[in-house]
Order: sequence, then C-alpha cells, then structure tokens
Amino acid sequence: MFDLQGYGGLLLSGFKLTVLVGVASMAVAIALGMLGAWAKVTPHRFVNAVAGLYTTVVRGVPELVLILLVYYGVPTLIQDFATGFGADIRVNLNPFAAGVLTIGFIYGAFSTEVFRGAYLAVPKGQLEAARACGMTRTMAARRILLPQMWRYAIPGLGNVWMVLIKATALISVIELHELMRAAQVAAQATRLPFTFYLTASFLYLGLTVVSMLLQQRLETWAARGVRRA
Amino acid sequence: MDWQIIWDSLPELLGGLQLTVEITALSVAIGLVLAVPLAILRLHPNPLIWTPVYGFIFFFRGTPLLVQLFLIYYGSGQFSAELRAIGLWGMFREAYFCGVLTLTLNTAAYTAEILRGAIQGVSHGEVEAARACGMSGRLLYRRIIIPKAFRLAWPAYTNEVIFLLQATSLVSIITLMDITGVASKIASSTFAFYELYLTAAVLYLILVYGLLAVFKRIEWRISGHLREAKDVQPPEGAPEVPGPQMR
Repeated sequence: MFDLQGYGGLLLSGFKLTVLVGVASMAVAIALGMLGAWAKVTPHRFVNAVAGLYTTVVRGVPELVLILLVYYGVPTLIQDFATGFGADIRVNLNPFAAGVLTIGFIYGAFSTEVFRGAYLAVPKGQLEAARACGMTRTMAARRILLPQMWRYAIPGLGNVWMVLIKATALISVIELHELMRAAQVAAQATRLPFTFYLTASFLYLGLTVVSMLLQQRLETWAARGVRRA
Repeated sequence: MDWQIIWDSLPELLGGLQLTVEITALSVAIGLVLAVPLAILRLHPNPLIWTPVYGFIFFFRGTPLLVQLFLIYYGSGQFSAELRAIGLWGMFREAYFCGVLTLTLNTAAYTAEILRGAIQGVSHGEVEAARACGMSGRLLYRRIIIPKAFRLAWPAYTNEVIFLLQATSLVSIITLMDITGVASKIASSTFAFYELYLTAAVLYLILVYGLLAVFKRIEWRISGHLREAKDVQPPEGAPEVPGPQMR
C-alpha cells in the first residue's frame, strides 16, 4: 500500500517547499497583521476605513478565488494597463512569490484581528505609566506593549498558522511544486492516487502535530512572566 | 475593465451561484446530522468508542480540504474494481457526489468538535437539576444538553458554515461548475481573468455577508434570555455584523 515507487524523494522535496512557503507566508501575514492592527486602532478615520475594508473583503472571499485573482488576474491587469499607454509587455508572476504574497495577504487579515485583540488586552494604565516614567511612545511600545501582546497573540497566531499551512495546498493550482503538487504528479505517473494523497495527508498531519507541540512551548515561553497558582 | 464580458457572463455565473448554494446547503445539513452523534460519542467514557471518533475528527481537521477532496475523488479510482463489485462505483465516479461527500465529512468533523466543546460547556448545575427532576439518558440529552449546547455553539457554528461556503470553491478543481468553476471556464476562454475573478469575489462577498446577517439574526433570537430587559425591542435596522472569523 505504501510502496512509493521511488517518488518518496519528490514528496519530501515538496514537503520542504510546503514548509518554506508556510513560513514565508506566515512572516508576511504577521507583518501585515501588525500593520493592520495599528491601522485599526490608530485615531485616523481614513486609515481605519482602509484596514476595515481589507479585513472585511479578504475574510469574505474564498482563498482559491484570491489566489486565482492574483496569479492570473494581476498580470493581465498590468498588461491591459500597459496597452492603454501603448506598451506591449508580458508579465509572468513567479508562482512562489505569488503564492507567498497571496497567502500572506489573506492570513494578514486574520492576524490583524488577532493583534488588535492582543493590543486591546494589554491594560491601558501600563502604557500611561510607561509614558509617565518618561518613556517615548516607541520605547513604551517596544518595552511594555509588544512583550505582553505576544502572550495574548500567540494562541490566535497558532490558529492562523494551522489554517495557513493547510491553505498552502491550494497554491498547487498555480503549478508550484509543493507537497500537494508533488503528490499529484506522483499519483498521475503511477496511477496510485489513493496511496499518494494518503501519504501527503499524513505528512500534513505530521506538520499539524509538530505545530501543536511547538505552539504549547511558545505559549509557555510567552507567559513566563505570569504567576500561576 | 471590460464591463461587457462581466454583463454577458452574469447569467452563467448566477447558475454557478445556485450550485454553490446547493452544495453548501446539502453539506451543512448532512454534516450537522452526522456531527451531533459524533460529538456525543466523542465524549463517551469507553476508549474503544471515542478513539475512532477522535481519529476521524483529527484527520479531517488536520489535513487540507484539497487533499481530502482528491483522496476521495481521484483516490477512489484506485479501488474501482472493489467499488464496482459492491455497486458504488457509479457514485464515486461523479464529481458532484465526491464533492458533497468530502465537504460533508469535513464539516461534520469541525462541527463535532465545536459541539463537543459546547456540550462540555453546559453548566453542571443544569444537568444536576434535570437529573433531580428525574431525567436521564436520552431525555436529558434531548431536553437539556443538546438545546443548551446549540445555543453555546451558535457563534462558532456560524463561522463554520461561512467557512464551508467559501470552501465549496474547491469543487471547481474537480470540474464542478460552481461560481469559481464558471469564472475559471469563461476566464480561460476570453482571457478576461481579473474581470471574472473579481465578479466571482463580489458574488461570494454578497453570499457570505448575507448568510452572516441571517445567522446573527438567529443568534439574537435564541439569546433573548441573556439580554437586559430594556433591549427586548429589536434595534433599528439589522443587528451589527462582525466579519467571519477563522475556524
């Protein structure tokens, strides 16, 4: 049943690429999430509205549609735009970059909500106290706000990561040779689809289990300053 | 932006919308029917009973939906002889059947886990009171635990349904003509990629936020006992609708 017919190496390299895509997208998502959370709480109407639009639209549209929109839509949009100026150019997106940016962009919206919640969970009095001690705004954010935000944000970010890593399977539709695509190639070549998709699913399960363990350790680390009964 | 293409393909996209709604409704309904017994069995004290249920839930929550879809749709081909022997091959050959089956099992696993949490969240005092009134076993579940758990689970279940609605877009990969499928088909023949995918995105947005409003309305109705007396009259206009969360 689990005779991989020599395609084990292909699956393994696909697995590595899946992890790489996942980590890179997560980095994009965290950066966008912090930016989005700042944009949501900052006292500026226009910035609030942009951040609100971002989270509303991204969370209401399927990932697959957004991936197809970015990978196929953006190049044609640029080309049509260039044609309008009389230029004839061909744009091809790199599937890795397109995949990472799209997944990061989607889960940035979910991270925005996580960071916003974490920001609201830090008592305001602490920031006021830091300012009263003479810290500047950035210093107070770096010393007081961020270390505590992580503690509230890590469980939420862990959930984002779990969903994100599974969503990377979708970028197989844009021909990036990650785990799902590798399983597809092997399944078609050997005519053993069940074997290969089941193997792929166990690799994803392994990733989930390892992520769960890591998340627990991270949560303990982030809560190291909290007294427990 | 070529508005003409959008206008011309709108009837076909609306046909796709119908399929999206149909698949969502079918999977949500069957998934819910499966999820209730699964959640109860998941809490059974006998490990011979709860372990397989936990395994099922763990598998469907821990792997990507696309893998599950391919496992059932393409993977069943590896057993075509066996399936033919028991007369099921005709069903597994159909993309529609496999799509609904996968989505149903997937949402059943997620919903069972939501319900499990809610059943555990039913306060002990209520169960105790019911027992004192002489209820036990099925009667206790039917009258007290399940209705209470549904109220507790409703916000999380709302997210699950929204998520499933969006997840139905994956069936376009196994050749079904839902919103995404129709958009992809027309886009690849006309090269109007962003026009069609943007229109598809707008259709999904309408569906998602429409469904969310309905579910929030129901939540408002079933949480009447938790509100202050002064809020009994419904507020002007629709209740406030926050965006979908992640499951």
